[in-house]
Amino acid sequence: MSAIPSTASEIAAAVIAKRITARAVIDDYLSRIDARESEIHAFNLVMAQDARAQADAIDADIVAGRPVGPLAGVPIAIKDNMCTHGVETTCSSKILEGWKPPYDATVITRLRTAGAVIIGKTNMDEFAMGSSTENSAFGSTRNPCDVSRVPGGSSGGSAAAVAAGFSPVSLGSDTGGSIRQPAAMCGVVGVKPTYGVVSRYGLVAYASSLDQIGPFATTVADAALLTEVIGGHDPMDSTSIPLASPSLLPSVSQGVSGMRIGRVTDLPAGAEPEVVAQLNEAFAALEAAGATIVDITLPSLSYALTAYYLIAPAEASSNLARFDGVRFGLRVNAADTNSMYGATRAAGFGDEVKRRIMLGTYALSAGYYDAYYGKALKVRRLIAQDFERAYEQVDAILTPTSPVVAFKFGDKVDDPMSMYLCDIYTIPTNLAGHPAMSVPFGTGAHGLPVGIQVLAPALGEQAMFRVGGALEVAAGGAQ
Amino acid sequence: MTQSGSPIFASDVAKVARLARLDIDDAQVAHFTEQLAKVMGHFSDIDALDLDGVGPMTQPYPLVNIMREDIELPCLDTDEVLAAAPASDERRFRVPPIIGLDD
Repeated sequence: MSAIPSTASEIAAAVIAKRITARAVIDDYLSRIDARESEIHAFNLVMAQDARAQADAIDADIVAGRPVGPLAGVPIAIKDNMCTHGVETTCSSKILEGWKPPYDATVITRLRTAGAVIIGKTNMDEFAMGSSTENSAFGSTRNPCDVSRVPGGSSGGSAAAVAAGFSPVSLGSDTGGSIRQPAAMCGVVGVKPTYGVVSRYGLVAYASSLDQIGPFATTVADAALLTEVIGGHDPMDSTSIPLASPSLLPSVSQGVSGMRIGRVTDLPAGAEPEVVAQLNEAFAALEAAGATIVDITLPSLSYALTAYYLIAPAEASSNLARFDGVRFGLRVNAADTNSMYGATRAAGFGDEVKRRIMLGTYALSAGYYDAYYGKALKVRRLIAQDFERAYEQVDAILTPTSPVVAFKFGDKVDDPMSMYLCDIYTIPTNLAGHPAMSVPFGTGAHGLPVGIQVLAPALGEQAMFRVGGALEVAAGGAQ
Repeated sequence: MTQSGSPIFASDVAKVARLARLDIDDAQVAHFTEQLAKVMGHFSDIDALDLDGVGPMTQPYPLVNIMREDIELPCLDTDEVLAAAPASDERRFRVPPIIGLDD
């Protein structure tokens, strides 16, 4: 039996060619989890027994000559805000502790059809609200690159699972940077596809006009493969774009010759000097690979943080009204329904979720709606228009993913504003609804990973993956 | 019109918590007021923008109402759904009285 390969595409190829069994793959990954999970805490739940049964079923299909999908035998970790039928789905919140969904999210169905093996549910900031995974009700996840530091968030468990080698790929969700920022901080690839490319049916909603599911991987090609598998129209999601999943793998190795790459001259300040240095290196590498660097301006970008932290909490305050102790999850008993709601929600939600619910309720309340929510929606339009103008001149834009490398536990947890500033470069793309990805590109302070962000216009995934593939090669990665 | 930079007071936070059905005590009100005031202070930056004539953007793409064929399709299993509820009775969700018994 040959050694277990480290990428999803190699694992599937080896399993399909009968060089290894899906069971051997899953046993290998489960043993890695056994060895280091107590230190990392990437998972809320490791589905060892279920994963072995899924792997055995794939092997049986292969032995019987039945067709298997492009992810045959590939272990995958799933952020704990995606519904898995009969398997606990908590959003790292006490209010959903123990809840077993009565259905699978569309992405789970598509992964299973493709032959992937769900290995576990990963830790996250409660209801995806946070940038460090410190807001989990079940304890923080540690960054595998330096366990004294956060993995980023909110999909910190999914990023850490891939960085620690617990799973070759994973899924996260990204509302304001929750895939790209932890990918950058853990040194892995993370992709937020165009809004509407991946179905959100079965994703527990945070901010519905911003949320999007996407993959984490160790290579750009694996991220492209995963996006192909989970993408494409789904009648169960009314915001799903009625198009087939895009073909992305060929773009990864296409190169950037002739592409126009935007450099934002008025990018909001605040990035660490080492991060800025890596961004400059990335521009130089793309230019050497045949791209043209074009200076552009995005004057409204500096207002994106305000727009986001009004719009996302406003939508969250509405979405999270469903957690009321009636149909699922926690209930704190009380004499009447209204008291039951208040007591249940006070006991079930953590501080950051309460802060955002109150912020959103305030922004939407009578007398404040025009000053806050209404204005934020107009700022959102200005940001989208800025991008529209920029994409007349360029095919893609490069920025840092995160202004800072992974920080120490406790550094920002009691200062919401400093935590929110971690998302300054990732938020604009969610407001516009465009695709973006983070590619590991060298190191910054303390030798910690730096991620470079590639932005592209709506449905511009192919251009984005061309640039991502070229950055990976320039950084000395897969080819 | 209210400006985005208007200060937020403990009375605002207490009211908002009530509207959002979050039972929080006075100490928490004070704590959240301090934190939210800092966040809201940052938000005054958008007051500098001229937003006249700019239309609000609620979604990245225009949404249309989606209707499916009116035909019977499999749906969630009632027993399974009720099994996940805090309380159920006669195949329905059971809740405390809407109006308190003392009222």
